[in-house]
Amino acid sequence: MMVGGQSYQTAGRGRPWTFYALATLFGFFLLFLYGPMLVIYILSFQGPHGGVTFPMVGTSLVWFEDILKPGQMANIPVSFGRSIALASVVSLLTITISVAAGLAFRRRFPGSGVLFYLAVASLVMPSLLVGFGIGLGFRALDTKPSLFTSALGAQLTWTLPFGLFAMFAVVNRFNRAYEEAANDLGASSWQRLRHVTLPILLPGIIGVGMGAFTLSYDEYARTTLVIGERNTLPLEIYALISSATSPTLFAIGTVTTGVSFLIIGITLWRILRLQRRRAGAVPS
Amino acid sequence: MMRLASQRSTGGTAAEPRFDVELVAVTKRYDRTVAVDAISLRIPPASYCCLLGPSGCGKTSTLRMIAGHEIVNDGDILIRDRNITDLPTAKRGTAMMFQSYALFPHLNCLDNVAFSLKMRGVGKTGRYARAREFLDLVEMEEFATRLPAQLSGGQQQRIALARSLITEPQVLLLDEPLSALDPFLRVRMREELKRLQRELGITFIHVTHSQDEAMALADLMVVMDQGHIRQVGTPRQIFEAPADAFIARFIGGHNVLPTSRGLVAIRADRCRIGQTGNGAQFSGRVIAVEYQGPVVRVALQMQSGEHAAALLPDDTFFAAPVQPGDPATLVWSEADAHPVAVS
Repeated sequence: MMVGGQSYQTAGRGRPWTFYALATLFGFFLLFLYGPMLVIYILSFQGPHGGVTFPMVGTSLVWFEDILKPGQMANIPVSFGRSIALASVVSLLTITISVAAGLAFRRRFPGSGVLFYLAVASLVMPSLLVGFGIGLGFRALDTKPSLFTSALGAQLTWTLPFGLFAMFAVVNRFNRAYEEAANDLGASSWQRLRHVTLPILLPGIIGVGMGAFTLSYDEYARTTLVIGERNTLPLEIYALISSATSPTLFAIGTVTTGVSFLIIGITLWRILRLQRRRAGAVPS
Repeated sequence: MMRLASQRSTGGTAAEPRFDVELVAVTKRYDRTVAVDAISLRIPPASYCCLLGPSGCGKTSTLRMIAGHEIVNDGDILIRDRNITDLPTAKRGTAMMFQSYALFPHLNCLDNVAFSLKMRGVGKTGRYARAREFLDLVEMEEFATRLPAQLSGGQQQRIALARSLITEPQVLLLDEPLSALDPFLRVRMREELKRLQRELGITFIHVTHSQDEAMALADLMVVMDQGHIRQVGTPRQIFEAPADAFIARFIGGHNVLPTSRGLVAIRADRCRIGQTGNGAQFSGRVIAVEYQGPVVRVALQMQSGEHAAALLPDDTFFAAPVQPGDPATLVWSEADAHPVAVS
């Protein structure tokens, strides 16, 4: 009875002090997370005579225009295109392979344990060493490293284990009875996969695809030693940072963030529309 | 409904099969444990058969072997004189309704019901027309465009039923179909399952651990335990003459007591309290009194330690009421004591 009475009084007095302490901590965390980015977004609109720090000397879009001019050190639009192309391929391959593997891992098969630990090891391995090893391997085979050979492979060593683990979580929540019901209703294995398993797993699969895309899009450590002669966007930006500093860098940051939000927005919108169409379909 | 019935009779062979389902020494092993141990069972045409037993007794494994979702390790399964032991799930003439219903969450009710027709390549117009007939059969026509998540448990079950029945099965398999429903709905769906079975004229095999459900529904009740069939019969045969102590205890409503004649089962509603008479008796103490409306249940603990109960008509009880703690004697007529095997 005493305990009940006390807690009731506490509730009446308002929130305990720990709430305010933790809320303050969380506030600082948010500031730490988004503050620098906010500064970058603001400074990207710096006037033509301004520098990389406050104060703002007027506002302008010249730094955005600057991105599109192929510079001496960096070619942002082209490397952006390369990054998007590579990320798309990586994301497609990751989806295909990790969905298949996720479904296969529902059962024990000979070597499943070894395969699992190999995948874990690939996540644990220092990323620079992986890139270095792949680079050495290509040299040993006397092959030139390039975007869709060595760089693609290096990125897959990172996105595939990630995709596999994400699929474990997705597949774990999948009720086997759906597949049994499909069998019961006369579906062949392919029909079952196409009309039951994949549609039910679709939200998770899209998540894996987006995750792989993002991982590839801003990958640096594994890619840098195996990219060959044509850089992806992160490598290009890094080159820019180490050679010259102008608000152009900030403008690039603003644009890439915008692109990321655009991709996420479009994906979510398509998922929602898909669901609404399914819910509202009135076949006659 | 009429169309279903006529299709069924023209589709059959010239000689009517004697049994809809026949299990011959069917065995299921998981690693080293035997889930189903060489059981044999014959289910006459158009029966409502209930597989009843405690969890882990092998009833669900048996159902899943008939459906083709589990491999049969030994023995044969025949449906209407056709050996289907090794046939794929969809070629057996069975349809299964899952405990979780397993309605496809991304398809609306109409598409769920039409699913099997779509798999067979039936065109959109044809399969939707047929699916609407089956939605009509389970009184769910106005829910055609809803997704399963937008339905109550009872409505989901009706859709699952329609989806199974549209395949025109010779045998419908139901895995604990009522366990997810609340008690009121359970009784209503129970009536409806029985009505459907009668109207469709096919065999239903219904797995349950509830003796009430089995008694209310079954033409043929199969009591299972530890991978064996313990007794087969109509609910009345089993209730009036349980073969052994396990069955008497499991189906409920019985006292199992050691007497000079050996172990006997006596129906609790045939027992009385405190009257000395020509019958046998056991003395003990009242431990609980439950008023249940038409009857009052008096629970006793015997001096020898056994628990027993008497179900007394309310007027009999209130003519001579007892309270927890009172010494009491349980009496019954010798004719009502039914000897049972020790199990």
